[in-house]
Amino acid sequence: MENKYISEVSHTMQIKSSAAAGTMESGDILIEIEPSEKQDVEVILKSSVANEFGKQIVKTIQNAVSEYGLEYATVNAVDKGALDCTIRARVVAACQRATGADTFEWRREA
Amino acid sequence: MSRLRRSMLFVPGNNPGMMSDAHIYGSDALMFDLEDSVAMHEKDAARLLVYHALKTIHYGECEKVVRVNPLSTPYGKADIEAMVAAGAEVIRLPKTETAQDICDTEYEIERAEKKLGVPVGQTRMMAAIEGALGVINAYAIATASKRLIGIALGAEDYCANMKTNRSREGSELFYARSAIVVAARAAGVDALDTVFSDVNDEEQLVRETQAVKQLGFDGKSVINPRQIKPVHRVFTPTRPEIQKALRILAASKEAEKRGSGVVSLNGKMVDRPVVLRAERCIELAKASRVVFEGEEL
Amino acid sequence: MKYASEYCEQLAALGKKPYVPGENPRLYDKETAPLKERMARENKIVESLEKAIELAGLKDGMTISFHHHFRNGDHILNMVMDTLAKMGFRDLRIATSSLSAVHAPLIEHIKNGVVTHIETSGCRGELAEAISHGLMDDPMVFRSHGGRAAAIAEDEIHIDVAFLGASSCDPFGNANGYSRESEGKSMCGSLGYARVDAQYADKVIVLTDNIVSYPNVPFGISQRFVDYVVRVDEVGDAAKIMTGATRFTKNPHDLMIAETTANIIVHSGFFYDGFSLQTGSGGASLAVTRFLREAMIENDVKASFALGGITGAMVKLHEEGLIRRLLDVQSFDLDAAQSLKNNRFHQQIDANYYANPYRRGAAVNQLDVVVLSALEVDTDFNVNVLTGSDGVIRGAIGGHPDTAAGAALSIVVCPLKRGRMPSVRNHVNTIVTPGTTVDVLVTDQGVAVNPRRPEVAERLSRAHFKLVPIEELARRAERITGKPEPLPFGDRIVGLSTYRDGSVIDVIREIKD
Repeated sequence: MENKYISEVSHTMQIKSSAAAGTMESGDILIEIEPSEKQDVEVILKSSVANEFGKQIVKTIQNAVSEYGLEYATVNAVDKGALDCTIRARVVAACQRATGADTFEWRREA
Repeated sequence: MSRLRRSMLFVPGNNPGMMSDAHIYGSDALMFDLEDSVAMHEKDAARLLVYHALKTIHYGECEKVVRVNPLSTPYGKADIEAMVAAGAEVIRLPKTETAQDICDTEYEIERAEKKLGVPVGQTRMMAAIEGALGVINAYAIATASKRLIGIALGAEDYCANMKTNRSREGSELFYARSAIVVAARAAGVDALDTVFSDVNDEEQLVRETQAVKQLGFDGKSVINPRQIKPVHRVFTPTRPEIQKALRILAASKEAEKRGSGVVSLNGKMVDRPVVLRAERCIELAKASRVVFEGEEL
Repeated sequence: MKYASEYCEQLAALGKKPYVPGENPRLYDKETAPLKERMARENKIVESLEKAIELAGLKDGMTISFHHHFRNGDHILNMVMDTLAKMGFRDLRIATSSLSAVHAPLIEHIKNGVVTHIETSGCRGELAEAISHGLMDDPMVFRSHGGRAAAIAEDEIHIDVAFLGASSCDPFGNANGYSRESEGKSMCGSLGYARVDAQYADKVIVLTDNIVSYPNVPFGISQRFVDYVVRVDEVGDAAKIMTGATRFTKNPHDLMIAETTANIIVHSGFFYDGFSLQTGSGGASLAVTRFLREAMIENDVKASFALGGITGAMVKLHEEGLIRRLLDVQSFDLDAAQSLKNNRFHQQIDANYYANPYRRGAAVNQLDVVVLSALEVDTDFNVNVLTGSDGVIRGAIGGHPDTAAGAALSIVVCPLKRGRMPSVRNHVNTIVTPGTTVDVLVTDQGVAVNPRRPEVAERLSRAHFKLVPIEELARRAERITGKPEPLPFGDRIVGLSTYRDGSVIDVIREIKD
């Protein structure tokens, strides 16, 4: 699975305000994004499957945030057993809402 | 042989739990909804959910239909681009009133296909007719695009538009149903009926489905997996129908062997449309698993 | 008498004694008082639980037992343990038929050294979490119902004192899981597990909130086995013991699984007039009866008996004439309990009759089909019903391995995944039922037949079922959920999963998190 980041955005994104996407329903994940003082993407995860999928969930969130174009953010995530595709979708939605930018690139290839 | 569309399971676009395995219930199609079941402030999130789901999850044999928001809303254009990118097989346009609605939508679909490198024309369309004007323009809508594979009735909004309400026996829908199925036939596309919302009343669901099948409809939308089997049963050919179809197909094969263009059964000539209908019958029978490969002969 | 004394010498030669009134101290004198008075004077009712415990001669280190027919509404175990703790007992060994979430207070007793060993079929809630995190030094020993019954019968478990709750009991100890005098505060139906304890324990104390008049017959537990009877305020919380008929699930996954399973049974070769059946009590396995009923009516097939774990659904089929007899070791709902009480063709059986692994005639061996649920299944068809995918104890062995081994066709039903957790996988956390006894796995995304049963696979293929190798199901599950990380198990063994004969089939390790 190749993720070619086609850059339409020539500047790095800025979080304008904290934002959230998702719910705490079964199969979903609630993602809250805040601006961060630290120089990275920090993920604080609460999950019903923390032992088994915690690492993978954090990785998926971090990748999705970076792919979106955010370098620094604090992400609070409350997971209720969401699949990776759901996690990515929620992260992008939260990023869009937090940056006010609608720049997600719809891509045809997998 | 065109696809079977006996049942189309409604999947709300903002519910990840339901999206992950909507295909296991065996409906012919799945309709992921970005429109009425999604609140305005969640349209962006739902679009992303459905996009990611369609790209990641294997939905088996189900036809992947997405109901987008109309182009007159701030969401429609982004919906179309996202869904073409995601590989939706059919874009369903709600509240279709005129052929122009179809053309405008097709324009956006083609634009997206070209931008994304999708073969132009690959994404099909379905039109939901949900008001009086749409009913009047049914044939024009049904013939407005080569991509269009079916027209459907959306009863809730239609009744509101008609200033009436839905009744159990549905007399208020009779004209709309008739108009839609006639237009669909004339245009050579599928006719799809509206949702029956009382999930606990299987008897009435079956009665309604039988009635629309008799009118000539090809299928029905369902809102709960429990409704799928009863609907399929209605569209399943009976034993006598199957026997008759098998005899017609046998006669057709016989004629082919003889090199003759004339199919005859019991001394009577059998027209081509009848043979096609017999083939369709056996397809339906196979899909309903009352006939299996190799059993036809 | 004078005749006998005349023949004294001849009798002595025959090895016989003449009858002499009053000579044999074992014979009781004729009672001249009316029954009313007699009953008031000589009965087994002891004025307090403490007194009964004293009379029973309980000492530190001994083994005590309980039954779990009151499920999560049970008050007996906690009440007795609190009393024993107050009386200063220590190092007690508990051999209960199972534990529920309501038994969380055992945590304190374990911490205080009142209890140092537990044998059970299952464990749930806070207590289970605590055990999984290393609360007890001795591993908790898990046994199947048949395994426990056999262990007791063979004296591998020696019960010194059994504390058995009953919904009604007369002054001589005839006890039942229902009451005939009134609707009773706490009905539980069959006392199938308790009967084994009553039969084999050294001393038996029956606790009841409903003393009824003698004789409380028909009885579930015979007075013969009862030493003391203690009246308590409430044996349990009726609402949590059982509710009305167990409802059929509305979950579309479970319904799909249930319908597929019923169809599989019909085409399995084990669906014929006179077949026998057992199903689980919830979710998909219970809903199977709903779909099977239609097939039974359509094909004019009646079952000779249903075994269980009896639910209102089975009772309904029996009352419709579709199932001839019911064998009940545990009633799951009020409908079943009522039926047990009122219908002589609904027979109460004990756990040995049900599933003793050493008895050819045990009821489980007469089953054609059993439908069982699972928490996890691995690609060898081994089943876990004891620990969750998070490695924590949360279930019970119950009759799972007993019925799987006994039935001609054992079907395990399970969704392919639960949320993000795959249920079909390469390895399960705890093996409870060995795959050699599991024949078919039905999930909501495919059916797999154990390669050990090619004739079943053949029949199902001929009936146009699409079968899938179980490895493919595991792959499918993992493709959807992703691959789970190994769980943070420690080295300490906190539980032993034993097979029917007491041999250890798997160990449960401590979870560190």
